[in-house]
Amino acid sequence: MSHEERVHYTLYHPKWYRRPVSVWWWLERWPYTRFVLRELTSIAVGFFALLTLWQLRALHGGEAAYQRFLTQVESPAFIALSVFFLGGILFHALTWFHLAPKAVVVRLAGRRVPDGLIVLSNYVGWIAVSAMVVWILMSE
Amino acid sequence: MLRTLTPLLWFLFSAGGTVAALLFPVHLFVMGVAVPMGWMEPPSYASMVELARHPLTRLYLFVLISLPLIHAAHRFRYTLYDGLKVKHLTALIVTMCYGTALVGTVAAAYFLLSLP
Repeated sequence: MSHEERVHYTLYHPKWYRRPVSVWWWLERWPYTRFVLRELTSIAVGFFALLTLWQLRALHGGEAAYQRFLTQVESPAFIALSVFFLGGILFHALTWFHLAPKAVVVRLAGRRVPDGLIVLSNYVGWIAVSAMVVWILMSE
Repeated sequence: MLRTLTPLLWFLFSAGGTVAALLFPVHLFVMGVAVPMGWMEPPSYASMVELARHPLTRLYLFVLISLPLIHAAHRFRYTLYDGLKVKHLTALIVTMCYGTALVGTVAAAYFLLSLP
């Protein structure tokens, strides 16, 4: 066997020992758990997006389909599911508002807008659009 | 292909996250709690269709469904990677996550364009 054949090159530095990490690593500390819970809010967001699509489908299907949709929504199981996912969506909203100033640095007149002001404006915008949605739906 | 699409996916992720954060709480509260509990009267079918047929409402509903769907797909994809350590299933996860979002987006466009 020649010398060249015996030498193996690896693209990365090989690590001979890796400490095995449990699938439950995120339960060890609260910040990890909070991170995973925040990431899992995607399930709540996906649920509600598909529910809105379901409502749109009922609207598209005619008056009888829409009435059926309203009856389905009234079941206690659905209300319980909604309250559960509403918790997830609120967690998403709050974490999103507080992460915004860390993700985007806004400058006004050469000065960095303070983080607290961005978070506050998120809350003000949130209340304003929520009130507008309720107002439009109530006036129908 | 996934590599060239990644910046776009992150952009859609943050746009969808903002839409979901600002608008989903109130919509879910109305549809999932206030209306079923009888605190709010659901709008009649005729007025709902009339409202939904307005071009601005159609655009609004399309954004309300499609962007958060993509946001959720993108975030769930990375949750599966990190949480369950299943990086070797990339192709399957990517297809399932973005596939669902894409089908939902196309369905929303179809329903919105052919409202009665």
